[in-house]
Order: sequence, then structure tokens, then C-alpha cells
Amino acid sequence: MLVRAQQVHKSFATSDGPLPVLRGVDLSVEAGERVALTGESGSGKSTLLYLIAGLDGVDSGTIEIDGKDIAALDDAGRAELRRTRVGIIFQQFNLIPSLTVKDNLRFHARLAGREDAAWTDQLTQRLGLTDFIKRYPEQLSGGQQQRVAIGRTLAAKPALVLADEPTGNLDEETGDAVIALMLDLVKENDAGLLMVTHSNRLAATMERQVHLSAGKLA
Amino acid sequence: MIALPRLKAALSALLSHWWRHPGQLATLVIGLSLATALWSGVQAINAEARASYAKAEQTLAPDGLDRLRRSDGQPIALATYVTLQKAGWRTSPVIRGTLRVEGGERFDLLGVEPVTAPQSLAPTAGEGEVFDANFVGGQGLLLAHPDTADQLKAAPNLPPVRPVETIAPGIVVADIGVAARLLDKPNTVTELVLLPNQPSARSPLSEIAPQLERQSADAGNDIGRLTDSFHLNLTAFGLLSFAVGLFIVHGTIGLAFEQRRGVFRTLRVLGLSAREMTVVTVLELLTFALVAGTLGIILGYLIASFLLPDVAATLRGLYGATIEGTVTLRPQWWASGIAIATLGTGIAAAGALWRTHRLPILAAAQPRAWAMLSSRTLGWQMGAAILLLITAVGLMVWGRGLVLGFLALALLLVGAALTLPPIFAALLARFQTIASGVKTQWFWADTRQQVPGLSLALMALLLALAANIGVSTMVGSFRTTFVGWLDQRLAAEIYVSANDAEQAPKLRAYLEDNADAVLPIWDVETTLNGVPGQLYSMADHATYRNNWPLLQATDNVWDRVAAGAAVLINEQLSRRQDIGLGDSVDIGGKRTLPIAGVYSDYGNPAQQALISVPLWVELYPQADRTRFGVRIDPEEAAALKEDVQQRFDLPADRIVEQAKIKEISLKVFERTFSVTDALNILTLAVAGFAIFTSLLTLSTMRLPQLAPVWSLGITRRELAWLELARALILAIFTIALAVPVGIALAWVLLAVINVEAFGWRLPLTLFPTDWLRLALFALIAAALAAAIPARRLARIAPANLVKVFTHER
Repeated sequence: MLVRAQQVHKSFATSDGPLPVLRGVDLSVEAGERVALTGESGSGKSTLLYLIAGLDGVDSGTIEIDGKDIAALDDAGRAELRRTRVGIIFQQFNLIPSLTVKDNLRFHARLAGREDAAWTDQLTQRLGLTDFIKRYPEQLSGGQQQRVAIGRTLAAKPALVLADEPTGNLDEETGDAVIALMLDLVKENDAGLLMVTHSNRLAATMERQVHLSAGKLA
Repeated sequence: MIALPRLKAALSALLSHWWRHPGQLATLVIGLSLATALWSGVQAINAEARASYAKAEQTLAPDGLDRLRRSDGQPIALATYVTLQKAGWRTSPVIRGTLRVEGGERFDLLGVEPVTAPQSLAPTAGEGEVFDANFVGGQGLLLAHPDTADQLKAAPNLPPVRPVETIAPGIVVADIGVAARLLDKPNTVTELVLLPNQPSARSPLSEIAPQLERQSADAGNDIGRLTDSFHLNLTAFGLLSFAVGLFIVHGTIGLAFEQRRGVFRTLRVLGLSAREMTVVTVLELLTFALVAGTLGIILGYLIASFLLPDVAATLRGLYGATIEGTVTLRPQWWASGIAIATLGTGIAAAGALWRTHRLPILAAAQPRAWAMLSSRTLGWQMGAAILLLITAVGLMVWGRGLVLGFLALALLLVGAALTLPPIFAALLARFQTIASGVKTQWFWADTRQQVPGLSLALMALLLALAANIGVSTMVGSFRTTFVGWLDQRLAAEIYVSANDAEQAPKLRAYLEDNADAVLPIWDVETTLNGVPGQLYSMADHATYRNNWPLLQATDNVWDRVAAGAAVLINEQLSRRQDIGLGDSVDIGGKRTLPIAGVYSDYGNPAQQALISVPLWVELYPQADRTRFGVRIDPEEAAALKEDVQQRFDLPADRIVEQAKIKEISLKVFERTFSVTDALNILTLAVAGFAIFTSLLTLSTMRLPQLAPVWSLGITRRELAWLELARALILAIFTIALAVPVGIALAWVLLAVINVEAFGWRLPLTLFPTDWLRLALFALIAAALAAAIPARRLARIAPANLVKVFTHER
């Protein structure tokens, strides 16, 4: 089992007291499996994704990646997990503005210590970024930037890809093209994928869909 | 430990920001280099001076051997030396004195006895022994530093001079016989150096020479200690410049950290732990510290080389200390330069570093308002400022000593700088309330919003302006007082010295026949209450009664002094020995007289006393009596001078008109403060640069604030003019605040620091026209700094302004 989340609870402090967001979520993702996570705005989709990525800690419950409880990891341990096992694709791309496309693509792989130039070149070609490798993110369109973000994640060959509404900032046509490419590449890489999306149409392209409502999986 | 490839990857991501923002990189490097340069330049000067003092001490008392000296400071008779030798004491005689040559230059003459002199008293010349046959035989030989040797070569009636690199500048070494002849001190020595391995069976000193006392080697005059105050002054200025430079660094690093907030989060998301993130950031900062530190040290070397001749002149004028005129690159100076650059970077980046370490990984990625200050923060800042100012006032009133004086000064400056943002915020809020037009209202509100981002640069400008006003007020006050004092002190129209003691009575007689009055000005070096000092003779004449600059006096002061019943002392003696009217002075163990008055004596490093001519002659019948002041109708002065010069065959430097001395004195005075002026200008330039960089960097973040106003119908050109006006208004506010702070600073310098450092207090004189000139300079600097961002705004493509709306999330 690549990911196993059990009875995950998470709430946020507000001026009116704690606001529960996740109320006992159980979720599992197998290696190579592609799962869509849907739900209304504020249902806790992104929160769950960030908890699995080790970006935040659970209030209670456990999240295991490759059988290891990430709640037991310290900051350095969680950083290593993100570096070596998990890749995250954001709606806002989060590229490094001062690095060229080429350097952004290589970046995560270099951090993970497993840069594979041939694989990066292949990704660059298949993502249609060959003509832009010397450009900076600000010189690209939204769709191009999202392709760089996907390439950056996949270049590091993570076992698990977490995508948070990766096409939320793109028009439908560009979004579809980007998703299709991402799914192909994830499959070829035999990585697990958990993708947060609002779109039922996109969710339908995945092997399994889970719906989050009122802090619980339906 | 962070793995190397990961470190390289992360570091490359962080550093890439700077390659994409070369202007910011230049600002950071220039800011840090300037800060380091000004600091290390001053340190180089101090190090050079201290090395010269050490060399001087090495020449004058190099061995740690004890000395025998007379307790009253008088010379030791040669017979006493012989008695000691016979009684088994192993000593080497030394004679010291001031060698005056034509042209007025003075040198410390050290006469040694080559046969008995310890090895340490023999300077090394590189190619062997310097105490050779030439040194003792014939007319003798003078040994001196090459610079000093050059000065001596032109002087007539001196033995040949041999340059010796290892002797400190300003010191001349000669055989004791030659020195005694040059100093006109036959059959006496100044001290006896106690040689090692004294025989145990020797008569006690108290029996054979009770007038002598044994003094340890370090009991002599320590020029290093004497000049500490001056170097502390320079260090304080260096520190101020360094602090102003750090404002730039702090601003730039703060901005870069804010701009890279998103990058930091991305790096954390991609797998860098908080600790690794901090390590990488520290490495990045260290890289800058090393690069900018090295540049700063090179620049500092140039500054030091440029300033050192003036510093040397100042030290010679104020303390009689001679230092070499060239800067040597010393390893410890390099190390301290890099260390201060690193420390400065650390201080400037501490806040940003802490924020990076604590950066919440999931917080919204958009940059917060840069350095935005809440009203609560402003309140705290004002509270802290008031506390610092109260402490500064407390230190000024109750504190004693130079270090506390400087601490008060630092607290005053920092406290004043901290008041700036709260005062501005309150003022601008008030303007916003009373503004009637919508555009004016927006202008004040928008200006208020800019204050946090600009406050560091404005504080730097405030410090620089206040320092400028303070120091120029101090120098101006000094100049005004000094000129008035010169008029009082140099009342005689001509000052003349006879060629020798034999000629002196003839010269005096001739002058008495041809001038209105002849005033003997005779001096001798002696002890005043046991401390070395100068004793001058003062004729009973209206010249002194009407002009002498007395700070305090008893009734009938002049009658008492003329009768030989009282003494006048200078302010330095009064302050250093804490004596005044009602106290008395022991003059060389010969006479004790009550103090009848204290006079100002600016620029004189020595403690000095004045007594009547008859008493002076009675106490020192053998001393030199060749110098006179001559009173005559000023219009006849030139003719008399020419007549006397020809009649008595006097060299030009032995007869000088009053106007010439004043001119020279003022020239020396101006040179003394040229270092201060130069540092002042440099500090102001750094502050101007701080304003420029702040405005330039802020302008890159202004578009989201300006684009909505533009879309509502204010043209780009109008916005640009408003930006310019804003910079000028903020500069005017800063100048207005800098004036009272500068005056307070001047008061501390004159009433606290000067008294502690130099021993005299000066009246405060204000120079509003100087402030106006400075204000104009500051306004021009602010306008120039604002011009580039404003011009850029006026010409920005509308598409770039529209982008703000499409990119805003």
C-alpha cells in the first residue's frame, strides 16, 4: 500500500474556536493507482492532500506512506519524504521565478539526488517545452507554466504524485491536454496519483474517484 | 548535514534571484562594501597610528628595564651618575629633550651612551651595528626614520643624519655627548637605565642618591594612551558610517527575502527542511559577506591612504604624536574587515533569517506588505525611543568618562532615529484628515503607506544629517572660538627669537628702543604638581591684562601674578588635575603658588602654567631666554621686522609677524578637521545611496498600488510627479527632525566628549546658513533618488499596468 490514511482528524483555530475540516477520513492509494479526490469548496480536499504530503500534521489518526507513519517523522524526515517519495503539483504552479525552465525542470530531481538527464530531456520534449527551456517562468503562459510544474515533479520520479487542482488556472482545452499528458507520464512512471479536482469530467478519467463531504469520505 | 548536491541545487535557486535582479545585487554589494570600507578604513588608520606609537615606545623604552629619575623631574647631575657607578650600580645614562630646528619643527631627541647602552636601545639598521665610529666620533651622527631624516637634512648646524627604518618617525637618536650639546644640557642626564644583573652588594639608593627614585619602564609618557580619545572619536565615526551602510544592507536583504517568500516555500515543499533552509540562507549571506567584505577592505585601504596624511597632521597638531604617512596591509586588518562584514551582514539579515526559519510552509504565498508596521509596533518603537533618549540624557548629566560620553551619543542618535516612523505616521495621518481634495487625501494616505518601506532609509538619512549638523556645528563653534582666541592670544605684532643666548640681550635692548613694548616669552619644560608640563613667563603688560582669554580669575589676578604671588594655569591642567581657583601648583619642586586664574589654550596638548618674568628667571636662571613678543603700531611692523632681521642676521623663521602665525594656525586647524569633513561627506553619500536604493526597490512593488489610481483617471505623468513630491516631502520632514538632533549632538560633542577627550570646553555657536545648505543638498539627493523611479513610472507601458489586474490573485 502506497498511502494509507486512517481516521484522520484536522481542525483549524479560528476566532470562534476550532473549525473541524476533516472528521475521520480513511483513504488508501495503491502504487500505480490514479485516484480523483472531489468535493465542494471548503470540504477539506487540499487539507487532506497537504497532510499526505507531510506539509502539515494531523490532529489525530495516522497517515502511512510505504507503511511508515509520517506523523512520527520530524521536520527533516518529512522534508526527505517530500524530496524523495512525493511530488506535488499546485494550482499556482509555484515555479522558481529566477530559474530558467530548464533549471526548474531539473530542480526537484537535483534536490532528490537522482537527476536523469535523458529522462528530463524526454520530459521536456513530450511536454512541448523544448523551445522554451531558456525562458523564465514569467515569460510563459499559464498552460506552459503548469507543464513545467508537472515536468519538475515527474523528473524526480516520485512514487506518489499529489496534484492540487492542476488545471484550475487553465482553460478547458489546455487543461485537458495537460491532464492527458500528466496521466500518461504518471502511468509510464508507475507512480501513484492523487488529484484534487472540482471537475467531474476530469475525475471520470481516473481509475477511482473519492468524494469528500463535510470532512468525511462519502 | 546537508548533502552537497542538494546544497548546490538549493543555493543555485537562491542565488539565481540575484542574477535576475542585478540592481538589487549591486545595491547589496555596494551597501555592504561601503559599510565595510568606512569601518575598515578607520581601523586601518588606527592600526597604523598604533603601530607607530608601538615603534616609538620600542625606541624610547624598549626593554622593560627600570629607570632612575629625579622625583622633581629635573635633570640628573653627571656627578650623581659617577657616584652610582662607584657604588656598584650598573646603569646607562640617557638624555632626552626636544630638538627644535629652523622652520619650527620639533623632534624627540634621545641621547644614549653606546658603550653601556643595553642592546635594546640600539636601533637595528639592517646591515649590522649602528653605533659605529661615526656615531660617537667627530661631530657625531644622528639616526632617524627616513621621513624624519629628510626633514632634518635641510636643517643647518646639525651633524649628518643616517636614515634607519626601525626608528619611529619624529624621534632622533644620537650619542649622549652630541645630544647634550644639541639640547644645551651639559653635564646632566635625564635618566639612568638600570641594567640587568645588578651586583647584590651595592649601597642603597636612598643613601647615595636620595633625590633619585626607581621608576618602572611603563611609567613614562604613553602616547598611545594619550591619543586614545582621538582614535575613539574616529572609531565612533567609522561605526556611525558602518551603521548607515547597514541600513542599506538591511533594506535590500529584507526586500529580497520578501520577494523570495514564495521560493522559500517551494523549496520547503520540494523537500528542504527548515534547518537546511537556514543553512543554505546563511551560506548565501556568507558568500555576500566575503565578496563585499573583500571589496570593502580594498575600498577601505584607499580611503585610509587618502585620509592618513590629514590624520597624521591632526595627531601631530593635537598631541605631538608622529605617525607614518602610508598604510600597510596587515593580516589582522584583513581579518577584522571580513569579520565586520560578516557581522554586519548577520545583524542586517538577522530578522529576515529568523522569519525564514519560522516561515509557515502552508501560509499564503503572496508577499505581505513589506516591513509594514502596525500602530502597535509604532507605539512600541516610540516607547523604546523615549527610553533611549531618557537614558542618554541621564548619562550626559551623571555619566563620567569618554566611553559613557560616546554611549550617550549613540543612544541619542538611535533614540532619535527610532522616533522617526511614529512621528511621520502621526503627521501624515493628520494631513490626511485635514486634506479636502480626494487626490490630496489619497496622496497623504499613500505616503503614509510608503513610510514603513522607506523608514530605514529615512532613518539612515536622519543619522547622516544629524551627524553632519552636529559635527559641523562643533567644528564651526571651535573655529569661531579659536579665531577669537587667536586674536586674544596673539596680541603682539611680531614674535622674534634671538639666534643664541648671547644675542638675546642686545636684541631686546634694540627692540625696547624701537618698539612700544617688548614682552619676554620664555618657556621651560618642568613638572606641575609632579606632572610634566610647560612653564611660561608672562610680562606685566596691558597686552595681557586686556587680552588674555581668562575663563576664571580671582580679584587682582594680574597684580598677584605680576608680584610673583600667584600662577595662571591653562584649562587642560585645570581639568586633568581637577584644580582651579583656590588650589595651588607645585612648580618643579621649587615653589608652590596659588592659582589666580584659568585660561583657555585650545589645541595645546600640554599642561601649562604662567608666572611673572622675574619669578621665572629666579626659578630657572639657566633656561633659554631668547624669545620675545613685540608691540608696535601694526603699520610699522613689517618695516621693523625687516630691519631687525637684517641687523641681527636672523633667519626668516626666527622673526614672524602675527598675521603669518594666525594664517599658519588656521591652516593647521582646517587640516585638523579635514578628516572629519571627509568622513562626514562619505556618510552623507552613503545615506543618499540608501534613499536611492529604497525608492528604487519600492518602485518595483508600487504598481499594484498605483495601477488602480491610474485606471481611475490619474495620468502616469501626474503619478510620477506625485512620487517625486512624496520623496521631497519625506526628505523635508527628515531634515526638520535632523536639525534638533544635530544640535543636541553638537552639544554632547562640545560639552561632554571634547572635555573628556581634549580637556577643554567650547561654547556652542549655531550656523543656520550651513543647515540650509545641507538641507538643499539633501533635497537634491532625494530628488535625484526619486527621479529614476518617477521617470520609469511616467514612461511605463499601459500594458504593464493592466497586467497588475490580470495577475492579481
